[in-house]
Amino acid sequence: MSTLTEAPAPVRRPRRRRLDASLIVGIALVGVIIIGSVLVASVGRNFFSAGNIRDILTGMSVLGFVAIGQTLVILCASLDLSVPYVVSLSSLIAADMMAGNPGNIPAAVLTVLVVAALIGTANGLIVTKLKVNGFIATLGTGLIIKGYLDTNYKGTSGSVPWEFQLIGATGVGPVPVSTLIMLGVAVLGALFLARTRTGNHMFAVGGNEQVARLSGIRTARPVIIAHLLCSMTAALAGLLLASRLGVGSPTVGSQGGYDLLSIAAVVLGGTLLLGGRGSIWGTIGGVAIFAVVDNVMSVMQVNPFLKDVVRGIVIVAAVAVYTARVTERRRPRFTAGSPTPDGAGGASERIGPDSLDNAGVAHSDSPVEDPQKEAGA
Amino acid sequence: MNDTDATPVLVAKGLEKSFFGVQVLRGVGLTLAPGEVHGLVGENGAGKSTFMKLLAGVYERDAGTITLGGEKVDFTHPVQAAHAGLATVFQEFNLLPERTVAQNVFLGREPKRRGLVDRAAMQRETRALLDELGIDTIDADAPVRTLTVAEQQIVEIVKALSTDARVIQMDEPTAALAGHEVELLYAIVRRLAARGVAILYVSHRLKEIFDLCDTITVLKDGALVSTGPASELNTDELVRRMVGRPISAYFPDAEPGTVLGEPRLQLTGVGNDYVEGVDLELRAGEIVGVAGLQGSGRTELVEGVFGITPFTRGEMQLDGRPIHVTSARQAVRSGIALITEDRKAQGLALNQSIADNALLVIRSVFARRTTEARRELPGVLSSLEVVSRGVDQEVQYLSGGNQQKVVLAKWLATKPSVVLLDEPTRGIDVGAKVAVYHLMRRLAKEGVAILMISSELPEVIGMSDRIIVMHDGRASAELPARSDEATILAAATGTLKLETGAQP
Repeated sequence: MSTLTEAPAPVRRPRRRRLDASLIVGIALVGVIIIGSVLVASVGRNFFSAGNIRDILTGMSVLGFVAIGQTLVILCASLDLSVPYVVSLSSLIAADMMAGNPGNIPAAVLTVLVVAALIGTANGLIVTKLKVNGFIATLGTGLIIKGYLDTNYKGTSGSVPWEFQLIGATGVGPVPVSTLIMLGVAVLGALFLARTRTGNHMFAVGGNEQVARLSGIRTARPVIIAHLLCSMTAALAGLLLASRLGVGSPTVGSQGGYDLLSIAAVVLGGTLLLGGRGSIWGTIGGVAIFAVVDNVMSVMQVNPFLKDVVRGIVIVAAVAVYTARVTERRRPRFTAGSPTPDGAGGASERIGPDSLDNAGVAHSDSPVEDPQKEAGA
Repeated sequence: MNDTDATPVLVAKGLEKSFFGVQVLRGVGLTLAPGEVHGLVGENGAGKSTFMKLLAGVYERDAGTITLGGEKVDFTHPVQAAHAGLATVFQEFNLLPERTVAQNVFLGREPKRRGLVDRAAMQRETRALLDELGIDTIDADAPVRTLTVAEQQIVEIVKALSTDARVIQMDEPTAALAGHEVELLYAIVRRLAARGVAILYVSHRLKEIFDLCDTITVLKDGALVSTGPASELNTDELVRRMVGRPISAYFPDAEPGTVLGEPRLQLTGVGNDYVEGVDLELRAGEIVGVAGLQGSGRTELVEGVFGITPFTRGEMQLDGRPIHVTSARQAVRSGIALITEDRKAQGLALNQSIADNALLVIRSVFARRTTEARRELPGVLSSLEVVSRGVDQEVQYLSGGNQQKVVLAKWLATKPSVVLLDEPTRGIDVGAKVAVYHLMRRLAKEGVAILMISSELPEVIGMSDRIIVMHDGRASAELPARSDEATILAAATGTLKLETGAQP
């Protein structure tokens, strides 16, 4: 198409680059780790010991699965509150179907995924076709599943064979297998967003549905698929919990608080709750921050009340930081103290400063255009 | 260049369109030849936008035929039209600010390689399209939000080009551009025409029409007035065809008995992040117009006065006393009213009743005066000629003009001494416009000081006692009443030469 393939980048005027959100999350994570390791060292323990690393990574994997799916849904400007019940339901279906027999594992996993896919599709259809807000739609389906669980299960049920329990129990060095699987899903998720049309269109639909429609995108599809994938990652979380517990539990999801925690992790990871901007890796960073904070507080034996206080502060502080960045939409034209148009701002004002004053006094030479004011680029 | 004898690429015949029983387009047609730049002009409401939207498939036409490249077409969606080679650059941008230039250009048509989106190809082709237009300042990988308005406009054009368009319609492409950026757009349009693309160019700026267009079609009140070579027309003739009636019939004169009083609002060198060094004196009984391009700082100026983005420099006086307004509430208490540009988002609670909307400000700022205001409400509404089923009707069901009158009623209830109007007649019908003009004159007679922002130059010229022109966040000129459009536009684009001396 072009003969100038490797042409040197043309001279561009410097733009005020905003820090990439996932970069900020990364920096925050490093900060949290440094502070955490100091705190842990202060009580005479080693934050970087293999055992502690394993604890942190183990703490990440379940929430990680749920939050990956939640990221997709939130990118589409929807929400999924049904995830904790999908997690519980999945753990029960898995444990019941396996019933201690290793031969049943493939069928059980497949069934769990199909059921989750159906729930997710239902969520997506309700949101897109019935035009019910995602918050309400998934609250509804979540309650339906909760009702089913409450009436049919009085406690834990089923039995997971040892072979399946290994997934939750083994690791490669200090890295649990479950975390590796979670990170693998994260890679797939990131690839999906970046390299498939549907993934690309999720940003469009969440960013501005009108623009997406005018660009010929079938706007329902990305939303439905996001909900479908979200339920399926929640199902993976349920399978992992079943593997760890050895049984299925009707309350494991809601006890984990995965609905709100996953949303918090996604937002902490820099994804806009209104949709259209965000990333899987930011979310993983958010999940990691939660895991590290939790771990540090456990090691230091902080009381449970204070734990929740700290979590709450982390969430609110993170969103406050992001909002401060987002609301600054309109670029200042004049910054205090420099009454000349701010060239670095690079907005549409590259014409030289006007020499007219508004008293209408005649000036012989009027403002001269100065398009070459490409500030020292 | 004007090889208009060539086989036309687009022929539209007898297009008609009605909205809610009001016919907005009556039998309009035109012919576009490859490489032709065809200007479509007319006043606001003449039907230009509707015509473009019929061609693009945004609206379905009631009657008439459209032939593209010899085939009859019937688009029901702009994407369909774009695929067939008829692309449209709409006035409002259809871009995703968080996505990159390349992602926006190929949105909905991402190229694939082995089942995955081929990002390299997307970038390469976007780069190639930008190169073809001679643009090297836009990075195909930059998020759109980091671009200037002009650059975003170019991205829109590139988006249109990427579909291999044979016809490109542009709706007011220069509305938001500064002077040298307009030149860039000119260059792009000429380059496209040289490549054989037919361009339908809608603009209010007649200079652009004459600079660029080979053929000019004039619409008025939804009907075709004339189509002909640009060389056979001059500005005066074109304006006569567009307007067809003297401006004075439209804009009422000052009411007898209106006197200029003491200065109500005085700004001395005020500035904040968006405007700088603005001096302004607004006297009782005076209507001052504020002209300027979009983004020139007009809205920011009144927002500064109203305390939304408070001034950080300079001095503001109200009725001779210095005042530093830091919140809208304080502004309202001080007797300032701001009729905002965006009626639906900023002026009204759409699903509340007329009464609730009209009493909104009174209730929240002057709660004690609510009863009195409620008693006066029917009188105020009828004096504004609000057409509704009663004060309990939700405002979302009113026409644009009636909605605007409710906004005005809301502010009249506060008995303001300074009224700031930001695009007071945008998107409302002629009857409502005239009602707004009469209201302004009446307020002026009562000694209210009025500052009116408008993009419609005839309105600025027809209503203002003085005209402030904003450019680049500064007041670039203060012009006397009845200044001509050319002078105002020159000041607005920063190219005004005041050698002739425009002394007030």
